[in-house]
Amino acid sequence: MTELLALDAGPLLGLPLAELWFGLVFFILATFLFLDGFDFGVGVLFALQDDEETRETMLAAIGPFWDGNEVWLVVFGGALFAAFPSVYANLFSRHYLLMFAILGALILRGLAPEFYEQRHDEQWQTWWGRAFVVGSVAAPFFLGMFTANWMVGATGTFTVAGALVGLALVALTVVDGAAFLRLKVRGDLQERAGGYGVRALVAYLALVVVAVGYLAVARPALRSSLASPVVLGLLALSVALGAAFVAATRADRHYVAFGTVAGLVAALVGVVAAVIYPAIDPAAGLLVEDAIVSTLPLNLMTVGSAVLLPLVFVYFAVLYSAFSGPMDADEGYGSGE
Amino acid sequence: MIDPTLASRVQFAVTTIVHIIFPVMSMGLAPFLVYFTWKSVRSTDPVYEQLRRFWTKIFAISFVVGTVTGIVLEFEFGTNFAAFSTTAGELFGGPLAVEGMMAFMLEATFLGIFVFGRERVSDRLYVVSSVMVGLGTWLSALWILVANSWMQTPRGFEMVTKNGQPIVTLVDPIAAYANPRFPWMYVHMQNAAVLSVALFMAGVAAYYVWTNRDTRFWRKTMKIALLVMLITAPLQVIHGDAYGRHVAETQPQKFAAMEAVWETESYVPEYIVAFPTSMDDLTDPRAKDIFGIGIPGGASWLASGGDPNAEITGLNEFEGAPPVAIVFWSFRAMVGLGFWFVLLAFWAGYRWRTGELFEDDLLHKAMMGSTVLGIFAVEVGWIVTEVGRQPWVIQGVMKSSEAVSPNLTGAEALTTLAGFVVVYTGILALYTYVVVRIIRQGPPETEDLASTESPDAPSGVTGDD
Repeated sequence: MTELLALDAGPLLGLPLAELWFGLVFFILATFLFLDGFDFGVGVLFALQDDEETRETMLAAIGPFWDGNEVWLVVFGGALFAAFPSVYANLFSRHYLLMFAILGALILRGLAPEFYEQRHDEQWQTWWGRAFVVGSVAAPFFLGMFTANWMVGATGTFTVAGALVGLALVALTVVDGAAFLRLKVRGDLQERAGGYGVRALVAYLALVVVAVGYLAVARPALRSSLASPVVLGLLALSVALGAAFVAATRADRHYVAFGTVAGLVAALVGVVAAVIYPAIDPAAGLLVEDAIVSTLPLNLMTVGSAVLLPLVFVYFAVLYSAFSGPMDADEGYGSGE
Repeated sequence: MIDPTLASRVQFAVTTIVHIIFPVMSMGLAPFLVYFTWKSVRSTDPVYEQLRRFWTKIFAISFVVGTVTGIVLEFEFGTNFAAFSTTAGELFGGPLAVEGMMAFMLEATFLGIFVFGRERVSDRLYVVSSVMVGLGTWLSALWILVANSWMQTPRGFEMVTKNGQPIVTLVDPIAAYANPRFPWMYVHMQNAAVLSVALFMAGVAAYYVWTNRDTRFWRKTMKIALLVMLITAPLQVIHGDAYGRHVAETQPQKFAAMEAVWETESYVPEYIVAFPTSMDDLTDPRAKDIFGIGIPGGASWLASGGDPNAEITGLNEFEGAPPVAIVFWSFRAMVGLGFWFVLLAFWAGYRWRTGELFEDDLLHKAMMGSTVLGIFAVEVGWIVTEVGRQPWVIQGVMKSSEAVSPNLTGAEALTTLAGFVVVYTGILALYTYVVVRIIRQGPPETEDLASTESPDAPSGVTGDD
């Protein structure tokens, strides 16, 4: 028991754990949005394809990955619950209908490809294909709304800021999905994906400008945090990363392009975190230092995460390397039959 | 408008009742799949490759449906039970976070390799991935049941008031997480999952044998399932008996509800069947006059572990009582099914010994009829556990009525409840449809097995075989 009693004595190694966990929660959110983002983006782009082979290839490309990607959302919820229980409770109950809209969209998005592949008749596949697209558009849109409402401290469900960030996130996931497809497919679709990615990127940056402009005008309380060097720096970084994405796409440097998308997602989530800090739930007036759990559970969670999260990255490395390179249409759900 | 507390509780019940089916299937199938995968790599007999492929399809659909229906649960504590989450989060949030990082991540990533990657990875990594997926599902249950069991037998904490709210503060993590209920729950649940899947496999196999389409594949399936039933069915009953005594000691109120004991008595009979003589008493069995067939002193004997004269504290001595009828009848359904599974396993085992396992039509019909009864027993078992602890959400610490989000309106709660009933019923129907379809298609033909292992495997193959 002596080690455990020591865990009760004070913050582990004297670290600023409340701030570290604030950062970790947003890091997990960004990881989720980047990884599941390409699943959403592929789902949005699915709407633009009518060729059976192309559609199968797209489903095969995300097939092995999406379930693992989505677990980052579970870990986000779990980390928030464990480290900031009052924020978990306040935030999720305040955005009650929005949370279920997100969950409903994720259910549709997750089940649709699975059912799509179960039968090969036209009507069945038309309907599940549509469900896949609807879920893939709705999930990032509602996630963007949720994130923006959290940031601006909104108490209602629908806000203009929420809608703008929701649309921006849909655009960003299309960039993400296009960049991912460039890695996983070959031929005609790979060519077209470059075009989709660049167009979606322009839409994303435009929506970010509109959203920031709107917030600066309509939410005077946020002006000072929006004008902070960190936020301005992250916005400038987004523009630079956008340019790098276009250049890398044109030069067929697929991994570099995919990496810039990770940077774009991180910059967006970074802006949200920077605006929120030092609060963690502005609408409830909760500060990071007030909302953090007490020392013993915090130290336990810190030790646990320090051991487990590196292992999680190992699992992802094994999975992504097993499926490195392009996927074939017949590799997807139909394989193993 | 509907009371948000009631709507939230019904919604949580609908979510869990539907969701639990899928983890039972995936946790129960996991050890079978590890075995099939290992044998398919080691043995030249193609039947193991057929078994692996066929049951992996059922596993994959169960896992995916379990993922999307389960993510909802993690968020419902916050959306609907914000007061509970604020009060208990310090102790309750940790196991859920660890479940995500330690278990769910493990299963979800290796699932990708296990379901899609047979031709992309070596035999060794493939076997490892089957073990990792199985381990992940079992670790997942471990952390979820750590959290749940703490609500049944809360230990290792102190109550403090913070910002005017009662907060559970963790003081002894080992006492809290290795609480008295946890080992009982974990063994009972995991064994139940394996038994449920064995019953499922036996039922499907019996259908094929009964309709005279009994290929070697289905005979093999039936034998493997039966072997597992012969171990798990008696274990579940023996373990359940001891588990009942543990509940009588740690949650006497729940035990009284299971037996519908209202007044504190000694020499309490165990009613096998009990019917109220007035229909008004159907919801309160034994509250008034009943007609019943019981074993004299049976309930006392169960509660004490052998003393038919032991005293059982009646429900009237506790503050508030759970809906007794639900607990009483669910308990009887679970126990009755438990004994039926033992009987079925022994009956089939006897036929196997006499060499008539594939000839006894009545046995095959009994197996078919029991295909989903294991899952049904899990459902009623959980109803005993969760309804039986009412009115408490944390036994003796916090009531369910105090747990609901304070700002939740009846209209919001009703909207999502209606949505859940529609969506989850739809999901269950679709899942059933797909599983039945997979079963009708049957296993892959042995001559098809070789073709997909052909050299036209995609580039990027890392296999060393």
